[in-house]
Formats: sequence, C-alpha cells, structure tokens
Amino acid sequence: MAEGIKDKVAIIGMGCTKFGERFDAGPQDLIVEAFVECLADAGIEKKQIQAAWWGVHMPDISVGRGATALGITLKLPFIPITRVENFCATGSEALRGAVYAVASGAYDICLALGMEKLKDTGYGGLPLAGGLGYKTPMVSANLSAPGGFAMMATKYFSKYNLSPQDGKMMLARVSAKSHKNGALNPKAHLRKEITVEQIMNAPIVAWPLGLFDCCGVSDGSAAAIVCRADMAKKFRPDPVFVKSLQISVSSGEEMMYTKWDGAHVEPAYRAGIAAYKEAGIKNPREEISMAEVHDCFSITEAVTMEDLQFSARGKVKEDIEAGRFNLDGPQPVQPDGGLKCFGHPIGASGLRMMYEMYKQLQGKADKRQIKDPKIGLTHNMGGFPFMNIVSVCIVGK
Amino acid sequence: MVGIKSYGAHIPRFRLDRNIMQLALLFLGFAPLRGEKAVANWDEDSVTMAVAAATDCLKGEDKDKVEGLYFATTSQTYALRQNAGIISAALDFKTNVRTADFTDATKSGTAAMLAAADAISAGSLNSCMVTAADCRVSKIGSNGDYTYGDGAAAFLLGKDDVIAKIEGSYSTSHDFVDRRRLQGERLEHMWEERFIRDAGYMKFIPEAVMGLVKKYDLKAQDFSKVIYACAFTGAHAALGKTLGLTPEQVQDPLLATVGDTGVAQTLIMLVAALEDAKPGDKIMVVSFGQGCDAFYLTVTDNITRIKDKKAVKRNLANKVALGSYEKYLAFRKLMPSEIGIRGEETVFTSFSIISRDSRELYGMVGTKCKKCGTPSYPVQRICPNPDCGAVDQNEPYRFADKRAEIFTYTSDFLAPSIDPPASYGLIDFEGGGRAMVDFTDCDANAIKVGMPVEMSFRIKYADEKRAAVNYGWKAMPIVA
Repeated sequence: MAEGIKDKVAIIGMGCTKFGERFDAGPQDLIVEAFVECLADAGIEKKQIQAAWWGVHMPDISVGRGATALGITLKLPFIPITRVENFCATGSEALRGAVYAVASGAYDICLALGMEKLKDTGYGGLPLAGGLGYKTPMVSANLSAPGGFAMMATKYFSKYNLSPQDGKMMLARVSAKSHKNGALNPKAHLRKEITVEQIMNAPIVAWPLGLFDCCGVSDGSAAAIVCRADMAKKFRPDPVFVKSLQISVSSGEEMMYTKWDGAHVEPAYRAGIAAYKEAGIKNPREEISMAEVHDCFSITEAVTMEDLQFSARGKVKEDIEAGRFNLDGPQPVQPDGGLKCFGHPIGASGLRMMYEMYKQLQGKADKRQIKDPKIGLTHNMGGFPFMNIVSVCIVGK
Repeated sequence: MVGIKSYGAHIPRFRLDRNIMQLALLFLGFAPLRGEKAVANWDEDSVTMAVAAATDCLKGEDKDKVEGLYFATTSQTYALRQNAGIISAALDFKTNVRTADFTDATKSGTAAMLAAADAISAGSLNSCMVTAADCRVSKIGSNGDYTYGDGAAAFLLGKDDVIAKIEGSYSTSHDFVDRRRLQGERLEHMWEERFIRDAGYMKFIPEAVMGLVKKYDLKAQDFSKVIYACAFTGAHAALGKTLGLTPEQVQDPLLATVGDTGVAQTLIMLVAALEDAKPGDKIMVVSFGQGCDAFYLTVTDNITRIKDKKAVKRNLANKVALGSYEKYLAFRKLMPSEIGIRGEETVFTSFSIISRDSRELYGMVGTKCKKCGTPSYPVQRICPNPDCGAVDQNEPYRFADKRAEIFTYTSDFLAPSIDPPASYGLIDFEGGGRAMVDFTDCDANAIKVGMPVEMSFRIKYADEKRAAVNYGWKAMPIVA
C-alpha cells in the first residue's frame, strides 16, 4: 500500500546563484556557482553524492541535451544522472527525482540541480519557437508566454465582474508587494521597490498585463542535496524535512472541452489537494506559514492563492487588499521577491523557491525573516493555464 | 443548359485612401485617380481571398457535389504547388475533383469560367467552382500602385437550377503587352499608358463586343448590363459611349471603391450585377489581358433563390481605413519591417505533416465523439470529455463553417507581428468544441468576451528562408 513520502527525506544543503541578466556567466559558470554553495552548506564531499537529477528546460540554447552537461561540468564521478524537464516546473522535477530516489530506499544521498541560461538569445521574452513541436504552430495561435496568462486575467475579470481598472489594481498590489521583498534580497535581479501607480501606468505587454505584471527573463541556478531523514541530523542540526511533493498535469479538458472556467488552474488545485493529503494538512489557509508560488505573471499569483485554498474562490482581491500575503501579514507569500524579482531561469526557479523556504525555516532569511515559520510550501508551474503542470512541495521542521 | 448556380465575393476590409498615397508619393507625381483601394490584410493572399469568395458562394450549396475547381490569378504565392489544390483542401472538397490554375493574364478569370462552362456542356463535369483573385503589387508611385485593388469572386457553375444561363462567347487573342513580368520577378513593368488606352482598350473591347453581338445576332441595347474591364476611369467611361451604352447599362468598374482587381475585376462586377439582376436580364462580360473573352448570360427566375451572400454590397460596406501608405508597404513586404530578433525564429514547416493532416489543417476538419457527442479541434483520438475518454470512437466533424463565441482572449504586443498587437484566444463553437486560435480582421480595442466570431482561412506565417508559406484558420468578428 503506497504511503507517500512524508518525513522520509531531508534537505541538508542548498545553493543559489545571484539571478539576473548574467552576461558575465555562461551556463557552466552558473552550475558551478550553485553547486559550490550547496556542497559547502551540506558539509559533505562530492564523492558522497550517489545520484543526481538535473533540470534544464531549453538546453538547445545553452548546454545541450543529455545528462553529460551536468556530469562533465561538475566532474561527477560516473554516478547516475538523469536530465529532467517539465516546462517551468523543471526545477521541482529535479528535486522530485532526487527526493523520490532517497524515499524509495535506493540511495542515501542525492543531488538536485536546476539551471537556465536564457540571456544569450539576444532578445527579451521567452524564446518559444520549437517548444511546442512542429504541428502546434500550424494549428494553434501565435502566442507568447504573457499572452497565454493574460487570457486568464481577461476571464477572471469577466467572471468576477471586475472592471479593467479594478482588476489591474488588484494585480498591481501583487507585484508591488513582491518588489518590496525583493529589495531586501541580495540574490534577486530586481531590487527596487515599485509603486502601484508605476505598475498601473506601465506599457501593456499583452492585454491586460503590463510590463510590471510580468516577471523578467533571467539566468540562474539553484541546487539541493537531500538525504534519508534518519541520517539528516548527522550532517546538520537544522535539516528541513520534505512533508510532501506532488505534481498534477492537465488532461486536455481545459483547452478542448467547455467545462473549464478559464479563471483558475486545475492542476494547481489538484496538486495542492494531493500535497495537503500527503503532508496531513487539513486547513491550508491556517496551517501553511509561508509560500513561494509561481508568479510568472501577477495574475498567476492571485489565482494561485485560490487554487491552493489560501483564499476562497473569487475572493483573493479582498485578501490582497487586507495585506494578508505581505511579508508582515498572516500568510506571507513570495518572501524572497518571487519570480517577479528574480526573473525566471526556467530550470532553476523551482529550486530557488525551495532555497527560500529552507533558509526561512532555518532562521537564515536575514532582513526577510518571517517570525517562527512552521510549514513552507512551494508551487512551481509549467505551461499555460489551459495546458499546465503544477508541482506542490511542502516542507517543515 | 449550363450556367451559374451561385455566386460569392470577397473584398478585403482595409481601404487605403488615395489622398494618403498622394501625400506620401507627391515627390514622384500625381495620383491617376482618387477614391480608395481595397488592401488585403497581411495574412491574406490570392488563395485566401478565393477561399473567402468561394465560401460565400457555397452557402446553401452542397460542397460534396462539386466536381471541379478552377482558380485564376496573376499573383500567386506559390509558382509551383497548385493553388486550386490548396483552395480545394480549404473548402474540404472530396479528393476526386478536377482542379486547375489559370494564370499569366488578367483575362484568365473569364478563361476559367468558359473552360468550366464547356466542361459542363460537354458532360465531363456536372458542376465546377470557378474562383478568381488577385493581390498585386507594383513599383511605388506607379499606375498600378494607385489603381490596383485586392479582391476575389467565385461562381458555382452547373446545369440544373441555374440563376443565369451562359449563352455564348467570343474570344480574341492579341499579344498586346500592356504589362509584363518575367519569371522570378515580383514587380511588373508597364508600357505607355496612352498606347494601352488607345491601341488596347479602345480597340479590343469594342472588337470583342461586336464579335459577340454579331455571332449571336444581338444588339448592345438588348443588355441590361455590359461589364467590361478597364484600368483607367476616363477610358472606361469613353468606352461606354463608343459602345453606345446608356449610363444605366454600364456596370460600375469599382475603381474608386475597390480598385482594379486584375483577373477578378470583371467577375466581381458580375457578382454586383447579379445582386441587382431580374429574371430575363441579359448581362455581357468582357475581360481584357492580351485579348478579350466576351460572354453573355440570361438571368432566370431562380435568381430570387439567392439569399444571404456577402457578395459585393456587404463586402463594400465592411470597411476600415488602413490609415497609412507605409502600413500597406509593410503588409505587402515591399519594405522590410522590424519585428525583432524574436520574430526571426521561424517554425520549421514539415510538409509531411501538412500532407498527412491536410483535411485537419486546411479543411478545419476535427473529430466528433460518437459516444458523447463532444467535438474536438484539432483531431483527438481520445475524447477530451473527462467523463467519456472514448478511444477511436469518433467521426470527422468540420469546424470551418461553425460560428463561435470568444471564451477569453488577449491582445499581445510581445508575439511577433507585422501589425501588433497580435490578438488570439480560446473560442467556444456553436454545437460544442473549444479551440485556441489567432484572431484576424479585428480591432484590438473592440474585442470582448462573448463576442460572436466566424472562421476565416488565412496565412499563418511565412518562412521565406525555407520557401514555406503556411495557411490555417483564424477567428474573425462577425460583421452584419
């Protein structure tokens, strides 16, 4: 009888590069930077790592495919390495491989590393060409990432009768809150506070999303070393334990069947339910102390609050206006500044989210420290609202 | 008996005011005429316009009974790849049809009409769709630049229940080189305007008209409408007098409202004439382009059967100002546009996929689940209804002729486009089914959730590096 992985695996080390337009660094530099910090934080030797999971979404514009990119860069000694990819949920997918490998009893100590180098393309916005296969561009829309999510904002405003002004204001508060947090974070790309007025007046990227409703394209890498829970205290006094790690992937009914309401992300809702069950969480709004969610766009964060049951359906606006998710609020979200301030090196983001939850639980979040957090949640999403992958991971002491 | 069973037309929505052209081109000279010309959207070409005209024509007709499709143009996108074949796929005709392209001269439209009529008279075809379209470009400031307009006409020819009988024809061939273009060239070369007018139109049109009336023992007065091609407004009017026609008999050449649409000119004029025709009317059509085809029709009682066509009237009324000459140059790629490095990444076009999935991609034929009735586009072997999931229990189901409603949308300034923002969204079809599509012919500021849309066959993208221009279906706001 399958019993889930609650408290079977612990994180004993993590590393995270400075994120940003790292024109100074190639993909190998980013991999090494994250790994060196991670290994030192775990206090182990490289040869103790028994297997690795390596996440990169667009290897064709950076290091190339296969697992050799990681093995050869880090000079890992002929150990098992698997390259994984799941759109923007790739970082969590790497963690999932390492965690499940240890939970299965196959290994004692594993490495998860995610990296993305996007800024060698020469242009802004995610390069989408080729990512949807040969046929999709022939038969589907000429869309962009912001456009794919903008459609969810259009429908959310329509469904809940928000005027464009009120809807955009709600979204602006989300981004303003994240920028305030990012300003406190030396590893973030964007470290300036931005006002709601600036956000409201920013140029439109894809209606109704403006420039500051969209996270930037950036470079970065993050890594984690995980081990069996019953070994963890040998390595450090404050390991972080994995309570659950769940994924949900779209069935096709959102974009091909007329039931989906266009104003929420079904895989996020289902991954949340599965993760709460595995972790034994009965009331997410009360029990989840803090979260890092996938704020690729302001609308994504807003809707995610409802998908994860932090807010009731259609009611996140009230919670945002009440400051619920601010750093000093009852349920802080994006304490590190989120994708909004870090940008989104695709393969790295899921692990960067976990890095913040890890540091917060250890009391090492410096100026962003939340008072005595118990349970942290990461929500890492790939694809578009209508064809989606969501990974939800819950960690605690 | 052979004749026209139905008709249709397409005139692109954008109109370019020649006064705006004059302002841009004053340094080169003066506009030869005023008014406005119809400009195809960036995602239209002669093939897509022909599909639109043919779709208009086929409303109320059974497409599966059509046995042939002839297409005329002098401005095809592909020089090797049959255009009539693309149109036939877009109309989802059965595959055992005869298709042919007629090209190289502006009288090719009437050549296609007569060839189709002859095939039906001879009994080798029972019916044939004839469509003609041109989307021409010319050097900036040239006569063609000002005069040409984009447009298409379509006729379904058959032998039963015709609305107009094709009675007879008279053709001439003169190697009269008014305009020419060598293989591989994009822009035409025009000879002297006065020569074309005096040694060309003024001689050959009357020659063809006289040849026709003499052959069938008729008089010019017998005709309710005489339709004749001419690119010059003055000459067109002069010909009316030369032919002894009353002003009422002269069909409006639409030069000031649409422009000279090449192979489609006389055929669009014929659609307009049929829109106002009464039973018993005789209509003459005379084309021009290295000689003439003249033919005439007699309108029957069945003309009253024709309803709900966009034809010329509704197409003329559906107009939006293009606003600038530069936009026209960008749309027609007469001037390279900066669409960003992002726009340089082009999709690889697999012609294996286009061939295998032709009915799906070009005919917009998806699937309908036989178990629960859910329609799907693109084709789905496994039903997307979460309560069904039936595998391989479906039948072909066409979406191209279905209306839909906008479920959600965005207007995107990041997606590369020659006319930003690019608008697209999810649409829910009448009868079921949901699909993600590009929108076209729409004003980004006017799109609303719930807005009704219909489908239109358009260019999806052009990959010049790999010689692949690919087509597909987009949603278009329904205009009354």
